[in-house]
Amino acid sequence: MGSKPRLTGFRRPNGTMGIRNHVVILPLDDLSNAAAEAVAKVIPGTMALPHAFGRLQFGEDLELTFQTLIGTGRNPNVAAVVVIGIEPKWTQKVADGIASTGKPVAAFSIEGKGDLYVIAEASRVAAQFLMDASEIQREPAEIGDLMMSIKCGESDTTSGLGSCPTTSQAVDRWVAAGGTVIFGETSELTGGENLIADRCIDDACRNLFQSTYDNYIKVIESTGANLLGSQPTQGNIAGGLTTIEEKALGNIAKTGSVPVVGVLKPAQAPDPSKPGLYFMDSSSAAAECITLMAAGGAVIHLFPTGQGNVIGNPIEPVLKLTANPKTAASMREHIDLDVSGLLRYEYNLEQAGDMMMDVIYRCVNGRLATAEAMGHREFTFTKLYISA
Amino acid sequence: MSVTPPQFLLHHDGDSVGVAVQDLQPGTLQGRSVKQGTEHTAILNQAIPLGHKFALMDLAEGDFIIKYGVKVGLASAPIKKGDYIHTHNMRSYRWEASRA
Repeated sequence: MGSKPRLTGFRRPNGTMGIRNHVVILPLDDLSNAAAEAVAKVIPGTMALPHAFGRLQFGEDLELTFQTLIGTGRNPNVAAVVVIGIEPKWTQKVADGIASTGKPVAAFSIEGKGDLYVIAEASRVAAQFLMDASEIQREPAEIGDLMMSIKCGESDTTSGLGSCPTTSQAVDRWVAAGGTVIFGETSELTGGENLIADRCIDDACRNLFQSTYDNYIKVIESTGANLLGSQPTQGNIAGGLTTIEEKALGNIAKTGSVPVVGVLKPAQAPDPSKPGLYFMDSSSAAAECITLMAAGGAVIHLFPTGQGNVIGNPIEPVLKLTANPKTAASMREHIDLDVSGLLRYEYNLEQAGDMMMDVIYRCVNGRLATAEAMGHREFTFTKLYISA
Repeated sequence: MSVTPPQFLLHHDGDSVGVAVQDLQPGTLQGRSVKQGTEHTAILNQAIPLGHKFALMDLAEGDFIIKYGVKVGLASAPIKKGDYIHTHNMRSYRWEASRA
């Protein structure tokens, strides 16, 4: 690698650093989507994050919804948050969870007032937050300030040969520079989960990883479903992947060679005093997985694809790379980095890693990812079980 | 790097499958192993598209199929060297209950 890149980001009051400066209008629940979206229309430049849940859940499932909402608001790519919910109590709970970062947060509830009153009041605050956020300047940043996440999708055999090993290069370099990286996709480790267990830094980490993996698979198998119907996916099969084990090996090929330093629950933030590679228990579905990783605090995502996934996230830029030359040509508007030259031996893996880092640095410094330019803002909650 | 683009790649020397990195017609192919960089020659029996696999050795039904140097499935039918390999003759060994 050449000279040290100049990286910039937005420092938040609690010291964390983001690469985007969003003012988010966050509905607590599905009922409040309309008001939240209306505020974002009245105050263009703010962003509403509509979603389907937040009512009548219970236990761990409810806690995960709260954790996802609060974590999204706490994400360093977010400058300020307006929370809107149907009733005041849960709305305030989410607002309080975000406010401990020190960033501006306001809460509005609809019961007894109606949408129109709340839209007017929330819009005044949203406008103020937006103007205040527009004055926040980019500051010099270090890799250690910026949390990365990785997850692949619409994988094919070129993922394991090219785009995942390229991502691995970035993971190893990020961690070597003091950074933190999150990977996940619990079910898609099947067949290679022992390779991850071997890389866990100590027995406590290894035991937690193994029990997390075993539990996830037990839940899937308890449904009695024929897993071959969904894993590998029809897209994976069209791309030449035949079994879950084959897919898993490609998946794992993107996790670098560094040790796994911790195991996270869905949407849990890594320990800031312990940088390194973390495993997050998570769905293998792209939108769910990245939503959880962003809620855990990741500010930039690498997404290797084979057959061509179009995923984005509202608050975390998603950079997509492929080694499939057909995908790189036919879905160019969704691909941030074409590494198909690796399969033709036009350059080696280290050079592909250099290309990847260049794309990452530019995105960190403000260049939009294709998913941002294309308006891909998939914000999808993970449900653990049925509602009350 | 000025290397002739390979027609297929295998992850490790000793893998039982090669992966087409171009759309391929039956015949003699030039390939490389990614891990060791070794050059390989193989004969392909059927046309296969980019990304799909073929056998680098004869496999009996029930034999493990090796890719990345590890087991990634079982032959669910006898497979001849050079044959196309996919869901018609390979299955998961981990998700035993899940049979297509």
